[in-house]
Amino acid sequence: MTDIAGILGYLTGFAIMAIIYAVFALGLNVHWGYTGLFNIGIAGFFALGAYTSALLTTATPDPLLFEDNIFGGNLPALLGVFNLGIDLWFFIALLAAGAVCGFVALIIGSITLRLREDYLAITTLGIAESIRFIFLNEKWLANGSKGLYRIPKFLGDWVSPQNYDYLYLVVAVVILVGIFLAVERTIKSPWGRVLKAIREDEITTAASGKNVFSFKLQSFILGASIMGIGGALYAHNIRFVDPRTFDPLFATFIIWAMLMVGGSGNNKGAILGAFVVWGIWSGTQFLPGFLSDPNFRYVMIGLLIVGVILLRPGGILGEERKVSKLMQPSEAASPEQ
Amino acid sequence: MTILKQQLQHLQRKWTAGYTVLAGLVILIILAFLEVVKMELIVNGLFLGAIIALGAVGLSLLYGILNFAHIAHGDFMTLGAYFGLFFLGMLLPSIGLQGTGFGPFTFGYPLFLALPLSILALAAVAIGLDVGIYRRLRRRNVSKVVLAMTSLGVAIALRGLVQVLWGGETWQYPRLSKPFYMLPMGVRIPPDNLFIGALAIILVLALFLFLTRTKMGKAMRATSDNMELARVSGINTEHVVWWTWAISATLAATAGVLLAVFQAQLLPIMGWRILIPLFAAVILGGIGNPYGALVGALIIAVAGEVSTQWLNPAYKVAIAFLIMIVTLLLRPRGIFGVRE
Amino acid sequence: MSLLEVSGVVAGYGETEILHGVSIALEEGQIVTIIGPNGSGKSTLLKTIFGLVQPKEGHVHFHGENITRMAPEVVVRKGLCYVPQSSNVFPSLSINENLEMGAFIRTDDFSQRLEEVYNLFPDLAERRKDRAGTLSGGQRQMLAVARALMLDPILLLLDEPSAGLAPNLVKSVFERILSINSAGVAIVLVEQNAREALRLSSWGYVLASGQNQLEDSGENLLNNTEIGRLYLGG
Repeated sequence: MTDIAGILGYLTGFAIMAIIYAVFALGLNVHWGYTGLFNIGIAGFFALGAYTSALLTTATPDPLLFEDNIFGGNLPALLGVFNLGIDLWFFIALLAAGAVCGFVALIIGSITLRLREDYLAITTLGIAESIRFIFLNEKWLANGSKGLYRIPKFLGDWVSPQNYDYLYLVVAVVILVGIFLAVERTIKSPWGRVLKAIREDEITTAASGKNVFSFKLQSFILGASIMGIGGALYAHNIRFVDPRTFDPLFATFIIWAMLMVGGSGNNKGAILGAFVVWGIWSGTQFLPGFLSDPNFRYVMIGLLIVGVILLRPGGILGEERKVSKLMQPSEAASPEQ
Repeated sequence: MTILKQQLQHLQRKWTAGYTVLAGLVILIILAFLEVVKMELIVNGLFLGAIIALGAVGLSLLYGILNFAHIAHGDFMTLGAYFGLFFLGMLLPSIGLQGTGFGPFTFGYPLFLALPLSILALAAVAIGLDVGIYRRLRRRNVSKVVLAMTSLGVAIALRGLVQVLWGGETWQYPRLSKPFYMLPMGVRIPPDNLFIGALAIILVLALFLFLTRTKMGKAMRATSDNMELARVSGINTEHVVWWTWAISATLAATAGVLLAVFQAQLLPIMGWRILIPLFAAVILGGIGNPYGALVGALIIAVAGEVSTQWLNPAYKVAIAFLIMIVTLLLRPRGIFGVRE
Repeated sequence: MSLLEVSGVVAGYGETEILHGVSIALEEGQIVTIIGPNGSGKSTLLKTIFGLVQPKEGHVHFHGENITRMAPEVVVRKGLCYVPQSSNVFPSLSINENLEMGAFIRTDDFSQRLEEVYNLFPDLAERRKDRAGTLSGGQRQMLAVARALMLDPILLLLDEPSAGLAPNLVKSVFERILSINSAGVAIVLVEQNAREALRLSSWGYVLASGQNQLEDSGENLLNNTEIGRLYLGG
């Protein structure tokens, strides 16, 4: 009996993380798949979303236990009066995480989106590292390297601690589906069609009067907000955040691998890729010898990315939109005559 | 006569940039004498800058000739350093070649063997990666973003490889502590740094002679200017590409080994940590201009070191990043921007 | 047997087809001009002959050899050189270095050839140490052609050598083309300045929409009122 419960428990935990990553992959798909923005600073939005949501909802720590952190929004207690029995603070936390990330994306994007795509990559990397730095070194902000503990559970009072994960799984699925539908709708809207036009031929689209920069910025903000929500989901699942969680490997590169494996430019691909790569990632711990060395995961992710680009640029599902056109034989110098 | 004017204007533009940099250095030195800024930080910055310069020059060549952002360049340096560790710590001792404290330096004479070996190893890796991966993508005519993305994958894989092989623990080259040279104004110079500086100067000089005096060097400059025209002229651009990788790898491996000596430690993350300063240096100096990258590296390193007088040392990279952003926004072609 | 024979070439970029079956031919020592409206595929034709573009159908024979699938680096060794319309010098290299690059595949001492080329372009000789990027438009065109001459080609493909030049420079460009030709070099000339070009050509081809429209001697095309109206500006 316990074995089945154990396996179920493991699978549930697995699925929750896969779903959280799927949310990130959807956000990245908006950036890269639909707009061609080479963002390797996902970790920054991940951290921002997670910390925002955590800071808003965690109680101010006892000075004796965690000397450095002085904040703590403690929404659950504050909102206690307004709670309608369904822990409204959770949604506020999610929305706040999305909003903060969106706002930061607005600022960063306004400054950097005019850069050439490969410059944009290094810039987003630098920004993510800077965000991590700030959380690590400004100890008053979020307890520095010690991190934030005891992030509250959503609807924690409804079920027993043993069954809590199943509840959270349901919550995560609902949120994922919500985001999926929202992104699908957005992409198929007129706004989405302009994005597609920009990606396929930026110059012509600009010439026809569309403010290309503005569209890119909006897309950047949308994707970042989604990533922020993913971060919040993460914070309330693991219920502990510290700067080391947002190491580029598991907060940026793995998400890239997921999107590429599943199929960039394809929302279902993003979700599929998340499950597949998370499966491979988690699966390595059952492999023999050095293959189960956690450091080997770096090699694996790197090989996945290179492998997909070389062998199957479209990923498993291929793209709905021709994103991997960027990775296929493009037209040589234009016939200038 | 307009041609003459054009030439003069061009020279003027270049020299204004050069003079500004020189003026900046002079101001810094004056500030050091006024004790506003610690001289030692400036000196240390110059030596660190020499190391970063070696990496940045290689990166600039790759940018100019292969036309993409080689995100794996930091990890190339890491690999070079760890190759050095392998030769110094395992291979050479096994044939009886070991020692420390050669002359006034902390390292032993085997380093003079380990360095060329490390260079060869890294050059082989670089060319192997090109033949196996990048060349195929070039043939498919992929965009430079995809090439950058691929190099990101390579970077991750290389770092993972280093971590798997040498673990997450901290290694060191066999070394013997040696006294510093004491100079006025509180400047202490480890003798190792003099070796670092000298080697950097030699390599940059050698590169300059190569690029200006040899046929392949000129072909590299030509390809950097216009790859299609180079092909049209009959230049085998694939050979040029391999030479570029070989030279970049040479510079990167040297930088990695020297960094390991400079910091007296090796960490798998050592190259990745320098990646942003590397790119900042290249962009500051002007993409595709190796000498600009050299100057850019010195500026970035000195700025970083001097900043520690007031800021948390952890922010050194943030300073490099800031300089890069400002350059991209205000003067995207960099100080010595050459692209017509 | 013709020096150059292009038959039924179908070529383009990616999915776009520009040439829909074009044929031209050239004898040794001839000057042949290709004229036509913008977008007719003239430049693409030259690139296809030289190997920068691979044709989907058709072939290119040079000196009796099938060079259809050959890469530019190989074609250039056969004695066929190409001068692109723009981006045709190495700006950061000196004039001398540009010419050295032109002679890259030569393994002999080419200093004599270098002097011959400088004699043909004395303006360049004066400034041989200067960076090509500092040259005026007209001088760049000269350098571009000079570079291609370093290999002593039998056939030269020139893509709009007079493009963007002032009228007096245009004249000198065509004078130079004549002197190059008088040294025995056959030339395929693509030109917007159709009148001038046809004046020195023994044969001319009119290309439009990626297909052969007309071919005739240079003189006949010049006197052809229909062509005159359509392509020679009245």
